[in-house]
Amino acid sequence: MPESHRLNDPLPADSVGIITPQVAHFDTPLALACGKVLPDFDLVYETYGSLNAERSNAVLICHALSGHHHAAGYHNDEERKPGWWDAHIGPGKSIDTNHFFVVSLNNLGGCHGSTGPLSHNSDTGRLWGPDFPLVTVSDWVNSQARLADRLGIERWAAAVGGSLGGMQVLQWSMAFPERIANAVVIAATPRLSAQNIAFNEVARQAIRSDPDFHAGWYSEHQTLPKRGLKLARMVGHITYLSEDAMGSKFGRDLRTNDLNFGFDVEFQVESYLRYQGDTFSTTFDANTYLLMTKALDYFDPAARYAGNLPEALAPAQCPFLVVSFTSDWRFPPSRSRELVDALIQAGKPVSYANIDSPYGHDAFLLPDDRYHAVFSAFMQRAAKEAGIMPANDEVTQ
Amino acid sequence: MRADLEIIYDWVPENAHVLDLACGDGALLEALARDKDVSGYGLEIDPDGITRCISRGVSVIEHNLDDGLSSFSANSYDLVIMTQALQALRRPDKMLDEMLRVAEEGIITFPNFAYWRHRVHLGLRGYMPVSKSLPHAWYDTPNIHLSTFNDFEHLCRDKGLMIVDRAVGVGDHRGHWTSRLWPNLFGEIAIFRVRRRS
Repeated sequence: MPESHRLNDPLPADSVGIITPQVAHFDTPLALACGKVLPDFDLVYETYGSLNAERSNAVLICHALSGHHHAAGYHNDEERKPGWWDAHIGPGKSIDTNHFFVVSLNNLGGCHGSTGPLSHNSDTGRLWGPDFPLVTVSDWVNSQARLADRLGIERWAAAVGGSLGGMQVLQWSMAFPERIANAVVIAATPRLSAQNIAFNEVARQAIRSDPDFHAGWYSEHQTLPKRGLKLARMVGHITYLSEDAMGSKFGRDLRTNDLNFGFDVEFQVESYLRYQGDTFSTTFDANTYLLMTKALDYFDPAARYAGNLPEALAPAQCPFLVVSFTSDWRFPPSRSRELVDALIQAGKPVSYANIDSPYGHDAFLLPDDRYHAVFSAFMQRAAKEAGIMPANDEVTQ
Repeated sequence: MRADLEIIYDWVPENAHVLDLACGDGALLEALARDKDVSGYGLEIDPDGITRCISRGVSVIEHNLDDGLSSFSANSYDLVIMTQALQALRRPDKMLDEMLRVAEEGIITFPNFAYWRHRVHLGLRGYMPVSKSLPHAWYDTPNIHLSTFNDFEHLCRDKGLMIVDRAVGVGDHRGHWTSRLWPNLFGEIAIFRVRRRS
C-alpha cells in the first residue's frame, strides 16, 4: 500500500476525495444458500464518480476476504490512508471515475456496517454473533443485485474484483449474465485448492481455540479472541506475500544487534507479523473472519456440473479480463489459467495477462505500470462500448 | 497491415473460428472479426501487444508458445495462424504437429533464410544476414531456428501435410513475379497454407 501521511496535506489530484458511506436497508427477506432466510438486512456502500442519465456507467467493486466498502478516497481530513483500492479507482486511474460511477459495498456478514455477526438479531434480542448464517458467494451476489435494483442499475458496465472479489464477479457472470457487460477477475481462482482450504482451517482453528472465543459469544463476555484472530491474520499474511517480497523487505534483519537466546521478537519479520496481527485483531470481527473463509472454501461453481467448469460458465455472456501475478502463490497464475482455459472452452470472449510482480497475492492491491496498462485498456474498451467515452478518445498510459 | 497479414486476411474464410499464435497487436484478428465475422483468440507474449489487443477488443491470452497448445483441444478451431514465430520456437516441428491437431488447416509465415539478400550477406560478405525481416544481430536474435522456403516444404512432405497454398512477401509488398517463380531465392517472407490429410 502506498504510505500516506496526509495530516493537513491537500488531497492528491487523482483522489476521489472525501467520501461519505451510505446505508441501504432491505425489507424483503433474502433466502440464503444454507436454507436460512434473512428477514431484512442493511448494506453499507460508497460511490465514486457520477451515474449518467442512462445509468449505463456503473461499475461494481467486490471486496476480498478482509475488505470492506471503503475502496477509494478518504472518510475525513484526518484519515491517513485512503481506501484499499485507491491505487486503481479515481480520476485517470484504471477504473476512471471521470467516466464511471463506482459502487463499492461491504458484504453481508461483514463487520464494517452491513448486516453481520455484529448486528442485532431481532428474533433473539441478542447480537447475531456465531448465529449469523454462513453466507456464500452466491448469497453475496444476490444481495448485491438487490443493491443494484435500489440504485436503479439494470446492468453494470463492469463488475470488478480481486481474490475473493474475483469469485463474486465470476458468480455475477453466471447468475446474472444479462446484468453485467464486462467482468474483471483479478488474482482469483475458480475454486480453492486443498492447500488453500488447509490455510483457512489453521486460521479458523486459531480463532476457535482461543479461550476468549466463547463459542463465538465473546461480545457477551465483554472480550475478544484477540490471540486467535492475531494468529489467523499472521498465517494469512504469510500467504499474501511472496518469499522474495518478504526476503527483500526483512531478510534476516534483527531488531537489535545480537541474538537474545529467547522467544521475544528478534527478527524484523516477526515484529512485522505481530504488528499486522495485533492491529487486525482489534479492528476485525472474528465471526466475520470465520464465515468469510468458509465462503472462500465453499465457492466451486463447477461442482454442480460434476467438475465441468466450462459447462458452469456456459450462461456467461460478457467479455472477461483475467489477471494474475507471477509471484502469487496463494492463487497462482496456473489457477487463473484454469479459469481462462475453461472460458475459452466455453467459447467466451476472454483476455488474460500474467503480470510480472514480486509482491505475491498482495500485488493486486498495488500500483504497477503493466497492471495499470492492461486494466485501464479493458476498462476504456468497456467505456467506449457502453458509449460512455468517445470511440476515438485514446487516453495516454 | 503487414504484407504477410494482408495475404492471410484474404485466405481466411468467413465465419471461421481461428486461433492466432503470436497475434502481435491484434490487427489481423480485429480486421477478420470486423469484416468476415471471424471469431477466436490470439496468443501473445509481448506485453505491449497484449495491451493493444485488449484496446482493440481482441481476445488475447498471454501464452508462451514454447509451452505448447495442450490447453486447446483437438479440432476446436477451423484454422490456426502463426505469423513470424516459427523461427523463434524451441521445436518448430512439434508446433506444426500441435497446430494441425487443434485445427485441420494452418497458415504459417516465417522469414526465408535463402532470400537472395540473405545469401549475399552470408555467401559473399561472410556475415550473418541482417535485413528487414531479420533485423537482429546474431547474438541477440530470438530467431533460433531459421529455415528456407525449401526446408519448410521438405518438412511438410516428411509429415505428410498437404500444401494448399504458398505465397511470398517481399518488404512491404506482395511478391514480384520473380519471387513467385523462384520463391526460395526471391521470397523474403515465406507464407504457407497447409492442411493435414484426413
